[in-house]
Amino acid sequence: MNHLSEDDLVLLFYGEADDDLRAHFGGCAECRSAMGTLESLLATLREDDVPERGEEFSRAIWERVKPQRAPVAFVPRRARVLPVARRLAPFAALAASLLVAFLLGRASHVSEPITAGARERILLVAVSEHLERTQMVLVELQNAGGNGDVDLSSERQWAQELVPSNRLYRQAAVRAGETGMANVLEDLERLLVEVANGPARVSPAAFEEIQKRIESQGILFKVRVIESQVHERQRETARDVRNRLAS
Amino acid sequence: MKQMEVGDAALVARARAGDESALQGLVERHSRAVFRLAYRMTRNEQDAEDVVQETFLKAFKRLDQFEDKANFGSWIYRIAANCSYDTLRGRARRESKLVRDQDDQGSEDQMQQVPTSEPSPERLVMSGEVRTRVGAAMARLSDRERSAFVLRHFEQMSTREIATILGLDEGAAKHSVFRAVKKLRAALEPYLPQAAKAEAL
Repeated sequence: MNHLSEDDLVLLFYGEADDDLRAHFGGCAECRSAMGTLESLLATLREDDVPERGEEFSRAIWERVKPQRAPVAFVPRRARVLPVARRLAPFAALAASLLVAFLLGRASHVSEPITAGARERILLVAVSEHLERTQMVLVELQNAGGNGDVDLSSERQWAQELVPSNRLYRQAAVRAGETGMANVLEDLERLLVEVANGPARVSPAAFEEIQKRIESQGILFKVRVIESQVHERQRETARDVRNRLAS
Repeated sequence: MKQMEVGDAALVARARAGDESALQGLVERHSRAVFRLAYRMTRNEQDAEDVVQETFLKAFKRLDQFEDKANFGSWIYRIAANCSYDTLRGRARRESKLVRDQDDQGSEDQMQQVPTSEPSPERLVMSGEVRTRVGAAMARLSDRERSAFVLRHFEQMSTREIATILGLDEGAAKHSVFRAVKKLRAALEPYLPQAAKAEAL
């Protein structure tokens, strides 16, 4: 076997090397010497220039967080997801449906038409909340697992809750000409439908398939990009409003 | 990652029961570590402070989803890493737009608003040379390389965790760490301790 490359040494340093690399390293003085150099570099990097923050920083952060935080209403996760999600699912879809109809100007009782800017702000807030919730499901799916069958009952319930609203937001995005957002929501919808209609417990192999699909299609990444764009647009519209009010 | 401390578990339980002082306790325990992570990723103090605030707001909003058996520190650092990476992406877009605007308008003033990644003169005076060099070398990495490296080196996250946070496949996450190490070595080799340099020769 050739000597270890720098990348191999990095893997070894962080404990991710395979048995072959470890076996070679154990018997090779040259590679151990090279590792000494790498260790020295990585130890030096511990001496970075992060500014220190004292006790007062924690207090200042708490003062900033305190007025904005939402009240914590804890219900154990399983208890919350199973019955509550089922009861709330139709309301979430109904809320999304009303919102989308409102934004598309189809709510006939609206006495004064809302401006395009206000419509965009409302849609951005709603879509942002939706994307945040879907992201949580995707992250849970990526981090779930363990020995034996995987219990996806809570993720399945979340998916069932999210499918109808996702569909409405996708349709709204198509109508609004937001092609990029519509495409991501379409990918997301396929996955949510699959999880929502799948079994509550899946074999490790079936679960790996789901995870591979999320990874190969980059769904989580796409959702994050769209969410990030939505946040950016929220900030831009807020700036516009502030500028208009100031002028 | 450190094992979950009893203190965190008790604070989370009390926070879930509506005890506001427990939330404050969690901020006091973790805000400085979250700041260090956020600063290492964003290389900007103001951005890092905003990330700390956003991290705790998100964490408290989702506290009912936190699994009791999990490590609160690891959980909140993952949220912080996500917030930091979102900040970097937002900043990259803003800077790109700013450069486009400047090209359009020929304005020089606007470029002064772009956060600099170089150490300030004050920091150069106050910090030791190695620390300054390390900071400058870290700042010169791409956002993805720096984020991957910080999560690997300082937060001891696995390649899989890094890939999840950065929205990459595991191979890309691993190669981001490799590239970061190569660039850092090239930038810092002249400043390594003499013994290590001699071995390198």
